[in-house]
This record gives sequence, structure tokens and C-alpha cells, in this order.
Amino acid sequence: MKTPGLLAQRTKGGKWRGVVAFAAVALLVLAVAPVTLSPFRLELLAKYLCFAIAALGIGLAWGKGGMLTLGQGVFFGLGGYAMAMHLKLAEAGPGELPDFMVWSGVEELPLLWEPFRQPWFALLMVVLLPGTIAALLGLLVFGRRVRGAYFAILTQALAAAFVIWLVGQQGLTGGTNGLTNFSSFFGLDLASAQDQRILYFIVAIVLGLLYLGFRQLVASRYGRLLIAVRDGEDRVRFLGYDPAVVKTVAFTMSAVSAGLAGALFVPVVGIISPALLGVVPSLELVFAVAVGGRYALAGAVLGAVLLNYAKTTFSENYADGWLYLQGALFIGVMAYAPKGVIGLAGQIRDFVALRTRGPARRIPAQQPPPVPPGPSADAPAEPVEPVGPVEKEAVA
Amino acid sequence: MNAFMNQLPIGLSIGAVLLLIALGLTFTFGQMGVINMAHGEFIMAGAYTAYMLQDWAGRQAVLVALPVAFAVAGLMGLLLERTLIRRFYGRPLDTLLLTWGVSLVLQQVARDLFGAPNVQVKAPTWLVGGGEWLGIRMPYARMFIFVLAMLSVAAIWFYLSRTKQGRRMQAVMQNRELASCSGIATSRVDQRTFFIGSGLAGVAGVALTLIGPVGPALGTYYIVDAFLVVVAGGLGRLQGAVIAAFVLGLLNSYVEFWSDASLAKVVVFAVIIGFLQLRPQGLFVLRSRKLT
Repeated sequence: MKTPGLLAQRTKGGKWRGVVAFAAVALLVLAVAPVTLSPFRLELLAKYLCFAIAALGIGLAWGKGGMLTLGQGVFFGLGGYAMAMHLKLAEAGPGELPDFMVWSGVEELPLLWEPFRQPWFALLMVVLLPGTIAALLGLLVFGRRVRGAYFAILTQALAAAFVIWLVGQQGLTGGTNGLTNFSSFFGLDLASAQDQRILYFIVAIVLGLLYLGFRQLVASRYGRLLIAVRDGEDRVRFLGYDPAVVKTVAFTMSAVSAGLAGALFVPVVGIISPALLGVVPSLELVFAVAVGGRYALAGAVLGAVLLNYAKTTFSENYADGWLYLQGALFIGVMAYAPKGVIGLAGQIRDFVALRTRGPARRIPAQQPPPVPPGPSADAPAEPVEPVGPVEKEAVA
Repeated sequence: MNAFMNQLPIGLSIGAVLLLIALGLTFTFGQMGVINMAHGEFIMAGAYTAYMLQDWAGRQAVLVALPVAFAVAGLMGLLLERTLIRRFYGRPLDTLLLTWGVSLVLQQVARDLFGAPNVQVKAPTWLVGGGEWLGIRMPYARMFIFVLAMLSVAAIWFYLSRTKQGRRMQAVMQNRELASCSGIATSRVDQRTFFIGSGLAGVAGVALTLIGPVGPALGTYYIVDAFLVVVAGGLGRLQGAVIAAFVLGLLNSYVEFWSDASLAKVVVFAVIIGFLQLRPQGLFVLRSRKLT
């Protein structure tokens, strides 16, 4: 609390900078990209933006709430399958079976599929399925104060179990192949470049709205509580709040965003299959958030787009090299830039300031030491993560 | 009834493998707060060690490989701890992501060295086939794995409770600051823990060559389940890991037996969530007066 004036100034300046940056990015995505990119590249960008929507959820749950969710693929998949089931049924026509069921010898439409004929039911399920499952899991797990790494391990186990189940239910879910071959999406012809462009706009607008919504949420009283839970769960409990509820809400929101992402992914890319949802794809999403910068929601979006772009570009040319690069990048980011690309500017500024003006000018709250005190520091149950200046003030 | 009982050795051997893997995880997690996703790749390294030794040792490769794989995987773990993980103590979630990056690289290395297709390790002739006991078919290979795991547990128990080094390890696990104040070189204890834990993963890898083929992604099939063992058993507790590993192994194989394989993992997950409602910190809790 040494420099309240400075702090206020920073926040205010940051706010305006944020608005300008958002407007610039929105202009780029909504006006420049559709005109300049080829239809093929635009479709790819739409795919990246779908991943960005799911990553946004991780940014909220992990970056702001400290819950490392390694099961984002599950919720992505629930939303995706709900949408895909409806599209499949709409394609088959009333009373008919989807093509893959005919191939695998299913004679009657499974009961589970029946309600997905209704578009409103499918759309509701896109939100409700991931939301309910996340809320239930969250209440059960957080309610018993299972947290930190335990929670991460549980979500990962969920992702593994979900995928194995999906693959096993050949007649119900299409097994390993998943659901594919969609031709239309609520009247849009998925083969036409024009309609794909409309789809791109839908994805971009959903991402923008979700981003603004999450930003608002983080700025609200609830958001402050969420960050407080991240930094000191027990302290929040002593103040009379129930951290389990706070965390469950954020976890549920994150699952819903993944569900939406999955539902949009299906028409954009034209497939949903277990290979897209397992442990590795879920971790890749988290990785994207880490690369972009986990402490800012914008970092999640940036990371998802950047990383998926890099993946497409590299694996087109050298598939094996990509895995080395990805691994090395990951190790490098975790070791040297825990705040990701977004935090890099601040890190460099501090580094330069430290070099040119000496250590006296360094503001400790601004830059956490990149290397924690080493093995002598005890391993606490909660992650000791670097906090930004605002949070630091709030805790003190 | 017979089919039911025949499932027993399968469940026990899966539990034994899970146990060997989970022992290393539970100690590195409990002592250092490190969640080592690259642990699965130490399993893989152990399995490939047996594969490499075949040229030299022929069908006895599995036996020869046990100590060698322990050393190879252990040294890999030590190297990882010294170069990377050391910088991350106190940030468990970050170690999870960091070591996942390491595991990606290691898998790719294995793919480049040994090729992507699975390879086979020939079991010694005396481990082929099986006997019958009380009407239960007992494959020798699976019994061997079970015995191997039991011997390892006994060795670990002896190390932890009867040797100076092991007691230091327990002290560091219970209260790092106090142990450090009492003159224990905690960072050396950490290195030893990592070496032993990773080495056991290597042994698990050799055991796995007896029941299946070896591939670069071998570790990924077991790492998630092994972590569940750690969660259910309680951090850093030997008894907890033993019980949880066998319960999970048996549960897995029996649910697969009764319904279909795809449901087994879902059931196991639900059981664990249910179990955590009763005991959120796992079966056995490491009691400590350490401030958290």
C-alpha cells in the first residue's frame, strides 16, 4: 500500500489500453481477416477461435481461480457430441437412422438420441450437459476440500475415462471414428464458402461476447472473491465465504464455455471424435493458455490461436519436429516465462530496468522471482503462484 | 465361478504394476510436491531396457533387466530432478505441466530410437504358461509380477523404517523445515527419493513386458491410473498405495469382466469420487504438525 496513487493510475491506464486493444482485435478479426484470408485459411482461423473459446474457460478456472482443469476435452466433447447428434438426425430425416448406425448394425434409434431431434433440446444440452456435470463434480470435489493437484489429477482421469467410454460405445457414439459427414447447420450449407464465412462470424462473435462476459465476471465482486480463493483459500473461508461454491461456479462456467466451443467446432471442422477430447488434447489446451499467459483472459485466447496456428504450420511440414518443439517450448515457458507471452513484455521491462538502473528501482510486487527459493521452501498444498500487483495489495 | 476366479491373477498383476508405478509417484508427490507426468516415460525406458538387453541376454533378458532398468530409469529421474524439477519446488501444478513437456520429448525420442511400432520382449521359458491352483488358472508371468511387487514393497518398507537414509526421507516428508534444521541435507534426500521412485517405474516397465508389447506410449496407459492410486491411497503412505493399487487393479479387471471394458474406467472414476467424499485425503493421512 505504499503507492496507492500509482496503483490507481495503472489500473485506469490499463483499462483504456484494454478497450483499445479489444477494439483493434475485433476489427482485425471481424473486418480484416474475412476479406484478406482465403476460404481455407478462414476456416482454419474459425477452428482456432473455437479452441480459443475453450481456452478462455481454462483462463477463468486456472488463471483466475487456480483450478488446473485437465478435463476441458470432456466438456468440449459433450457440447460437440450434443450438436453433432442433432445434425446427424436432422440429416437422416424423420424416422431414419444416422448413417454410421446403419453401418454398425443398429436397427432402432437409441433412446438417448431421440430427444436430440429437437433443435432446442440439442442447443440446451450443449450448455446444460457440460454445466451440470461440472457443477456436480465441482460440488462433490471442492465441497470435500479436495484441491490443487488432486483436482488436476481427477479431471485428467475423467478425460481418460470419458474417451475410453466413447470409443467403446460404437453403436451409440460412432466409436473411434466419432461423428462426421455433416452437410448443413441450421440451414447453412457447410460446403459453401459463403456459409462458412457466416459460421466464422458466429464463432468470432460468440468468442467476443464470452470474453467480455468473463472479463465482467472477473471485475465483479465475485471475480475478486475468485482470485482471493486462488491466493488463499483458507483465508477466504475464515472470512465467512464458502470457497467450494465460488470455485464450482468458475469451474462450471469454464465447462460451459468448452461445451459451446465443441458445439461450434462440429460445423466448422465437420467432425467430433474421441481423438480430439482425450488427455493429450485437454493438456494441449492448458498448454496454450500457459503460453499465452494464464493470468490474463486475453492470454488464453492469444495462446490458443498462436499455438494452433504454429501446430498447423509446423506439422504440415515436419510432424515429428513439432513434438520436440512443443515439448521444448513448454519446458521453456514454464521455466522462464510463467506468465506467458502476455507477461513477457512486463518481464522484459523489469529485466531491462534491473540491468540499467540497478536493483534499487525494482518493485518487488511487479515481478515475482522466476525461480522460487528452491528445495528449502516447503511444498504447500496450494500452488504458490506469482500474483499481479493488484492481488498482492488485496492480500496484504 | 471359474471364469470369475481366473480374473483374480489378472487383477492382482495389474494392481502390482500400478503399485510399482504409484510408489515412486506417491513419494515424489508427498515429499516434494512434484507431480511427475514424465514418470510414465520412465516405465517406457525400463521396458525398452529389457528389449535392448535381449540381444545380449536372450530369453533371460527380463531378469537381467530388472537391476539395469532400475538404474537407467533412476538416473533419468535424477537427471530430470537436477536439471529441471529442482527449480519448481513449491509449484506442484507447474511441475505437472513442465514434466508433461518432458514426457512429450521423451516419447518422441523413443519413437526416433526404436521406431513407432510396438516391439516384443520374449519372456524366459520358465515364465511361459501357467499352473492351476484350487481350480484357478495362474499364469506364471502374472504371479512373477505380483511377487516382484511384493518384494519391492518389502524392500521399500525396510528402507523407510530400518535404515538411516529411509528415516531421513520420512522426516523430510513430514516436516521439511524441521528436518533441515536438524541437519538433514534435504536436497540430497530429494535426489535419493527421485532416484528410487523413478527406478521403481523402470522395474514396472520390465514387468509390463511380460504381459504386453512395448511401445513409445506405454507409460501413458498407466500414468493416470497410478495417479488415482496416489490420490486414493493418501500422499506418501506405503500402506495406502498398496491397498489402493490392488483395489483399483481388481476393480478394473472385474468391471471389465462383468460389463464391457469401456465402462471400467468410468466406474473406477465414480468409485474414487465417492471414496473421496468419505476420506478426502485418501486412505491414510500423513500426520504432521507442519503448518500448511
